[in-house]
Amino acid sequence: MATTDNAQPVGLPDERPPANTVGPVAWLRNNLFNTWYNAILTVLVLALLGSAIPPFLDWLLIKAHGLDATSQECRQGGGACWGFVNEKLRFIMFGTFPYDEQWRPFATIAIFIALLLASCDRRFWKPWFGLVWAAGLAAVAILMWGGVLGLTYVENTLWGGLPLTIILSVIGLAVAFPAAILLALGRRSNMPAVKVLCVTYIELIRGVPLISLLFMASVMFPLFLPNGVSVDKLLRAQVAFIMFAAAYMAEAIRGGLQAIPKGQYEAADGLGLGYWQKMRKIILPQALAVAIPPLVNTFISFFKDTSLVIIIGLYDLLGTAKAALSDPAWRGFYREAYLFIGVIYWIFCYSMSKYSQKLERDLNRSHRR
Amino acid sequence: MAQVAQQAQHTLSGEEIIRCTGVNKWYGEFHVLKNIDLSVQKGERIVVCGPSGSGKSTMIRCLNRLEEHQKGTIVVDGIELTNNLKNIELVRREVGMVFQHFNLFPHLTVLENCTLAPIWVRKKPKAEAEDIAMRYLKRVRIAEQANKYPGQLSGGQQQRVAIARSLCMSPKVMLFDEPTSALDPEMVKEVLDVMIGLAEDGMTMLCVTHEMGFAKSVADRVIFMDRGEIVEQDTPDRFFTNPKSERTKLFLSQILNH
Ligand SMILES: Nc1ncnc2c1ncn2[C@@H]1O[C@H](COP(=O)(O)OP(=O)(O)O)[C@@H](O)[C@H]1O
Ligand SMILES: [Mg+2]
Repeated sequence: MATTDNAQPVGLPDERPPANTVGPVAWLRNNLFNTWYNAILTVLVLALLGSAIPPFLDWLLIKAHGLDATSQECRQGGGACWGFVNEKLRFIMFGTFPYDEQWRPFATIAIFIALLLASCDRRFWKPWFGLVWAAGLAAVAILMWGGVLGLTYVENTLWGGLPLTIILSVIGLAVAFPAAILLALGRRSNMPAVKVLCVTYIELIRGVPLISLLFMASVMFPLFLPNGVSVDKLLRAQVAFIMFAAAYMAEAIRGGLQAIPKGQYEAADGLGLGYWQKMRKIILPQALAVAIPPLVNTFISFFKDTSLVIIIGLYDLLGTAKAALSDPAWRGFYREAYLFIGVIYWIFCYSMSKYSQKLERDLNRSHRR
Repeated sequence: MAQVAQQAQHTLSGEEIIRCTGVNKWYGEFHVLKNIDLSVQKGERIVVCGPSGSGKSTMIRCLNRLEEHQKGTIVVDGIELTNNLKNIELVRREVGMVFQHFNLFPHLTVLENCTLAPIWVRKKPKAEAEDIAMRYLKRVRIAEQANKYPGQLSGGQQQRVAIARSLCMSPKVMLFDEPTSALDPEMVKEVLDVMIGLAEDGMTMLCVTHEMGFAKSVADRVIFMDRGEIVEQDTPDRFFTNPKSERTKLFLSQILNH
């Protein structure tokens, strides 16, 4: 049997690397001061950081007013006003959802985060986990709408803040993802009609800005409906998002499909697998693994793009933050508001990015050497 | 000489498993297969050889319709290959194929590579499919690697897994397309040994290869192809010692001098 043998026969003894190539000083020399222009850049960057960070920290923490500061107190001193965030926290997070019922959107967020965290574990990538998701979404619907189980009914025009952002993006991505797979497969299909349909759809949607798609969904869509029938605004925005995300994700997935060698298709065909078996068991698992970076890119930009719903009058996280600023008592605390929601967006996006890197590593570790 | 004796013992059933009549194929304007007539009996071992680009791969790939022929008929195991997808899938179940570049599924373990088609195509229970897979992996002497991924194996090992993967479908015919030509020289033998073992067990085999030693020792018939035609076919003794056509002689002189 041909196994490579790493054991060395009698040979040279192991040596340590020369002392000036290891250790922190060597690292500094090799990475920050290895050439004269690199040295200048290093110094410049340090100077820049030195002049920017202290004033920022000063504003952020040292001169900042605490969580219980009133707006009058804040207006006197120069630091950040965290009293604003504290005062408006529930409005920014949950929008106009009835105040006493705000445990419901809170529970919604918790359910989504739990579902998302569990979905990160590959042991749960089984068909039955779809049922868990379905149950979770049903619970979310009951919590948000109410009207059953003794919960008061809350119209979805009152929804807002983080739950709205999460609902739009998670449901949007969950529906768009399978649609994108079908579109990508359709685009590579050898049935001309299917192919033309998918190409047209993808190119059409990718050719218009999301904003105009949202406008169309909210202004034009009702024109096509018979009189008296109205589809709710949130649903229309959700549909527009799904259509948009599906087109972009389809292209990411198509890139993955193109990376799969012809031999994989032939081996699957040769074993007698049908088209869908071949795709599900052989081609897609590999293609999706290849497509993780561009897919996550789409996920992240899509998560942030949900903030565009503000233009059709829905108040997602960004919308509620803006609305909070319009309170005359707290006008002008933009920095605190945007920094706060910026951090929330960042936590979500950075987690996605980190998780995708881990997933990529795991998949690569098992598949290839 | 022992091999000749062994060959003499090998008797064919006389039952036909593959029949090609007047098969023609074009790639655009290019005529790759010209009037191929071929009949293969159950248990027959056929080696196909010929210069590169002569259409060997194309011909055997037509037999499980990885390529489509445009004229003539191909009947495999009683089923004619047409555009009928159901029939194509039925034929592919019965015809195993081993490729030059192995084409193992890199995201599945060796064992999963072997059980996938039995489970999904033959609808075998998982445990049974695994039993069968382990049996064939033992047979190609690689059972201890069952839980590794293909990327962790050497070329020769991967090709043996590919053979086991095909065998797990209990095919009636095995097609080999230059199974050893992508291998480092020291790994060729381990794969050929497995193939010889298969031949001895009576598997019907069509094998495109330039391993003339293999052809001499196990083939019932050697087919020589050139420019899309079957130029000559004969028993290995006569093919190698007494080729009829000039093209065959030229080819043999080139290949045997290397
Ligand atoms: N997909 C294809 N499109 C166009 N020409 C092809 C294609 N596949 C093979 N050919 C051509 O057909 C001829 C026969 O190819 P092939 O059957 O692979 O030959 P062999 O296996 O005998 O080397 C070659 O000249 C090759 O260039
Ligand atoms: Mg070839």
